[in-house]
Amino acid sequence: MSLRSPLGTAKGLGSAKDGLHHWWAQRVTAVALIPLTVLFAFQVALLSMSDYKTVIDCIGSPWSSALIISLIVAAFYHAALGMQVIYEDYISNKAIRIGAIMTTNLMLFLLGTAAIIAVLRIALGG
Amino acid sequence: MSSNNRPLSPHLDVYRLPLSALLSIVHRGTGAFLSIGSVVLVWWLMALAGGEASFTSAQSFLGSFFGRLILLGWSFALFFHLANGIRHLVWDAGYGFEKEAVEKSSLVVIAAAVILTLAVWLAAFIFAAGA
Repeated sequence: MSLRSPLGTAKGLGSAKDGLHHWWAQRVTAVALIPLTVLFAFQVALLSMSDYKTVIDCIGSPWSSALIISLIVAAFYHAALGMQVIYEDYISNKAIRIGAIMTTNLMLFLLGTAAIIAVLRIALGG
Repeated sequence: MSSNNRPLSPHLDVYRLPLSALLSIVHRGTGAFLSIGSVVLVWWLMALAGGEASFTSAQSFLGSFFGRLILLGWSFALFFHLANGIRHLVWDAGYGFEKEAVEKSSLVVIAAAVILTLAVWLAAFIFAAGA
């Protein structure tokens, strides 16, 4: 027996069966971001007075660039998930809500891609 | 009316917000701020990838008073969200829900955010100077 009402089914309401994935992905990225953000923040702080060549060599070294790209992927995914929750809580108009979520996801995807390309260019010396 | 003695949700304008509630909304605020602030990170990486000239101009902006103000807000927002996020992970694991525990962990979160922010700025001003 289904506990869902026929109207809810027709309107596509109720469980989309991906709520747990959203919750879990937010936690996985959160855990990943604990070491990644701390490492990056102190790396950049220690490089704050350094010249161009030193910064390029340090940021672009294989381990460093791998960690920064991991940071970018985790951070932008985490941001997209978090902003979605904020919109869902505060925007009651469905069209505006969906538009805001889509716009934010696309913007964050673009920013994340641009950041990854920048790091690759630094690492590969392009 | 029969509804006179029914419990009300707090009237936010006369309700003294508990510290834990304040930290909860600040967690959201810092999360949204960091999402927007990610532009600074992307811009800095692109400036570095763009060559010495674009990197030097990005560094000189970030080293100005206004640039440092942005970075100060950025770093505190990051470390606050980090510290409170770890508290959320502890809650997710099922620990620390008692009132006293929440009040204590609120103070730990604030202290951790302040200490990490100070540490990263000390790293920038003291240890980076000779590099």
